[in-house]
Amino acid sequence: MVGEQAVNDTITRAQLTEAVYQEVGLSRNESADLVESVLDEMSDSLIRGEMVKLSSFGSFQVRQKGQRMGRNPKTGEEVPILPRRVLVFRPSHVLKKRINDDPGATPEPMSAPSFASEGAIPEPDTSY
Amino acid sequence: MTKSELIQRLAERNPHLLQRDAERIVATILEEITAALARGDRVELRGFGAFSVKQRAARTGRNPRTGEAVDVDAKVVPYFKTGKELRERLNGE
Repeated sequence: MVGEQAVNDTITRAQLTEAVYQEVGLSRNESADLVESVLDEMSDSLIRGEMVKLSSFGSFQVRQKGQRMGRNPKTGEEVPILPRRVLVFRPSHVLKKRINDDPGATPEPMSAPSFASEGAIPEPDTSY
Repeated sequence: MTKSELIQRLAERNPHLLQRDAERIVATILEEITAALARGDRVELRGFGAFSVKQRAARTGRNPRTGEAVDVDAKVVPYFKTGKELRERLNGE
């Protein structure tokens, strides 16, 4: 997949549970249940066809897709792709900004021109 | 469903939970996911879905109103892929 990196870490329910445990002061077991509970509430809402809007994070929306013809990539055989419901996530501006402002997310940080070198350019030429 | 409705439902389903704690649980989860993505990490929640970031190269775009060419910087965008179980449940499987 384009632009995906293999070097980074993967966060799972375990880390979310640990963060809730540290942050809220409930037991680890209860923290794990509550993380699951949050995901369940979101899933249930989406399955009912509702949109889930989490301000400063993003929104999840269910879209209805019509039938179209696809192809089995292995056999080349044409097969109908049945109408289905898909989930679309739209990140909020706040999330997009956070991700772009943190240099950790950029594997090759842009080398910003330093003021020192810029300042050096207009130095008067004293060679003549 | 909005964030405050999510908090409310979480509190209703867990009657011993203080409203304040329900708020902090939701905030903590979203903050952890955001911080992970900002570090370039992936967040994998089996059955629900996975969040990751994708690189977008710099490109020359166009102001759709004026047709003028504008340079668009390289950027990182969040991406979500629906988990298998949720995808199936959305389709009543």
